[in-house]
Amino acid sequence: MIYLEGLVKRFDDFTAVDGVSFSVNAGEILALLGPNGAGKTTTVRMLAALLAPTEGRAVVAGFDTQKDPIAVRQRVGMLTEHPGLYLRMRGGEYLDFFGRIYGLDRQTRQERARRLLAQFDMPDAWDRRIGEYSKGMRQKLALVRTLLHDPPVLLLDEPTSAMDPHSAKLVRDAILSMRNEQRAILVCTHNLAEAEIVADRIAIIRRGRIVALGTPAELKRRLLGPPVMELRLATTSDGALPIVSRFAHPLEWGPGWLRYEAPDPESVNPPILQALAQAKVPVVTLSEVPRSLEAVYLRVVEAEQ
Amino acid sequence: MSALSSRLNEGRGWVRQVLTLTHRELLDSLRDWRILAPILILTLAFPLLMNFITVRTQNMFYERWGVEGIERRLLPLMLMVVGFFPVSVSLVIALETFVGEKERKSLEPLLLTPLSDLQLYMGKTLAALLLPLAAGCLGILVYVAVLWNQGWHPTPTLFVQILTLTAAEALVMVSGAVIISSQTTSVRAANLLASFVIIPMALLVQGESLIILQAGNAVLWNILLFLIVVDVLLVRMGIRLFNREELLGREIDELNLGSLWRVFRQHLSWERWLFGMDLAKKPWPVQWAGTLAGLYLREVPAVLRRSGLALALVLIGLFGAAWVGRDFALRFTLPPQALTLGSISEESFSSLSTTSWLPAFTTWGVLGNNIRSLLAAALLGTFSFGSLAVALLMAPLAIIAYVAFQAAWAGYNPFLFLLAFVMPHGVLELPAAIIATALAVRLGATFIAPPRGMTVGEGWLQALADFLKLFLALIIPMLAVAAWIEVHITPAVVLSIYGR
Repeated sequence: MIYLEGLVKRFDDFTAVDGVSFSVNAGEILALLGPNGAGKTTTVRMLAALLAPTEGRAVVAGFDTQKDPIAVRQRVGMLTEHPGLYLRMRGGEYLDFFGRIYGLDRQTRQERARRLLAQFDMPDAWDRRIGEYSKGMRQKLALVRTLLHDPPVLLLDEPTSAMDPHSAKLVRDAILSMRNEQRAILVCTHNLAEAEIVADRIAIIRRGRIVALGTPAELKRRLLGPPVMELRLATTSDGALPIVSRFAHPLEWGPGWLRYEAPDPESVNPPILQALAQAKVPVVTLSEVPRSLEAVYLRVVEAEQ
Repeated sequence: MSALSSRLNEGRGWVRQVLTLTHRELLDSLRDWRILAPILILTLAFPLLMNFITVRTQNMFYERWGVEGIERRLLPLMLMVVGFFPVSVSLVIALETFVGEKERKSLEPLLLTPLSDLQLYMGKTLAALLLPLAAGCLGILVYVAVLWNQGWHPTPTLFVQILTLTAAEALVMVSGAVIISSQTTSVRAANLLASFVIIPMALLVQGESLIILQAGNAVLWNILLFLIVVDVLLVRMGIRLFNREELLGREIDELNLGSLWRVFRQHLSWERWLFGMDLAKKPWPVQWAGTLAGLYLREVPAVLRRSGLALALVLIGLFGAAWVGRDFALRFTLPPQALTLGSISEESFSSLSTTSWLPAFTTWGVLGNNIRSLLAAALLGTFSFGSLAVALLMAPLAIIAYVAFQAAWAGYNPFLFLLAFVMPHGVLELPAAIIATALAVRLGATFIAPPRGMTVGEGWLQALADFLKLFLALIIPMLAVAAWIEVHITPAVVLSIYGR
């Protein structure tokens, strides 16, 4: 649904995007992470046919962004970094304007706008002037505008910035539900926890280049090493240590707990548990030690520096 | 038939989208009291004030000098002013139409819609134009209603003239301001640049006032025609300059001299070439030969090809000059005794140097004058979309045509006349002037039609580089030889044919 190949964007002497290539399939969410000025917004603007690439090409919803920019814009819903609303208009009037521009008939415009406003918990937004909205409401209205024409490609730049936790969850849930509708979604965010929740794959961009791309699990494994498992016992770890050592490499242990490296948890964990049960070592829990996307991100960014 | 109806539907949809944008912008303006208040005051209160001033002026003229009927002269002027003042508000709306939205961060969502650049331009321009124009027309109607009660009834012609002039003036201001708005990064910068619209418009209105008072209302049609031409040029320029990427990508109004110089130098340079030889390994005289051959055998023809359309326009201008010359010759025919070529002598040429408004009749004098004229044409062409450059070339050619027709009617062979007086040096001077003028046309026309794939800035730098290259490499050498021939050969040819 989204396909980029060697995308380059130069502004005079400055190269903002330097040979970016990736793709996002229908039903998939890709989070584009990167420090400020890394080239996220420029990449997204090229995908929305707002900026023309200096080199390379991008195909969005089956249309080349340079050859068919209007067809691309018709099929893309982009949430911009700033909500960019007309503050003198009322919410309903604003959505009706964009619905008309996208060529929706009156009934569809009204029905979709009201449904989306209800979905985002803004039932009274229709008749209120946008200037009276809170920051979070403005961001949600911008998201409703983005979804109004039911686009098959969504480009979301910081979708939950300025939102309270409840609104942010509403939006995250909405993004996840939209994935079920077989859309390709690209989310630019600084919120790494959010990226981990919503994204199937992560792309980290730095100085205009993609420096890491994969599922969160793949990236963690590649950049932080194999998963680490923690075994909690109802007794000391003395009895468990030699058993675990037969199957994996123990890293650290203490009274009632033990951690070991499991390059392939699916093949390592069952025999360990089986052996512990046979040796009558009382196991309380076996779980993976959580490793955050933040650690991955910092590792990548620092390595590039 | 179905293809036609589908095209019609597409067209209707296209227009509907433009009007949707215009409608939104209009509503936004109507909700802004800072725009509404001056419009209402200028529309409803200003005509009454104008009426008061007219009556006072009329009384003053009558009481002091016993002059009656001064209001007959003043009223069309007042009518125009009453229409112009509300229209001037359009400048404020148009100036912030793009850059204001950019500052408020609401432009990007609009640019993300499937509206084409032309639709955005049309929708925004219409929105900036309609409200002040409607106010201007209403102001005129209110004023006419007031005057009607006082027994003054404007003629339908004057009424139409004032309304169309007001509309054309509004479009000039709006289209000029929209260009400024789409090319700046802040409302402050747009306001500063607005003087490029305000000053010419102020001069125009003053000129119109003088014309109405002195020359009568018929001249207003000529002004209207001029304004329509300016409107067309500005709208075309606005459409060509409108660029989503430029609007969105540019964050500061920076004049990057280094970058400009690099682009200019790139267009100024050319490839060395000498019939496919590998010049890098050759001695320097061969490399120099390659530089010259590259310039004259490759670069000059390439520049001429790039200037093909401009050359065609200049040639059309030449025919126009001949037609104008003939027209003037028909209207202002000289008596036969005024053109006595048989009396030409060597002194006739030497006395040219003593005529104060002519250049010295020496090679350097003629060359200097020709170079000055062509450089002036380039400068004027840059600021007039190329039109004044063509006009500057047409003027002397129209005079030559005028004299040639007079010579024909005086009984001389016009072809022999041209052969003697013009051809010896004209064979070089005329092509040089045509090429220089075509390059000057490109310097101005780039603003309304930049070359495909180039920004206006890059297109202009290319046109400037082409102008400089050909001016130095071709035009000055041709003019120099032509000047020498004009001073040393042409008089001899003339004397041998017509001399005593």
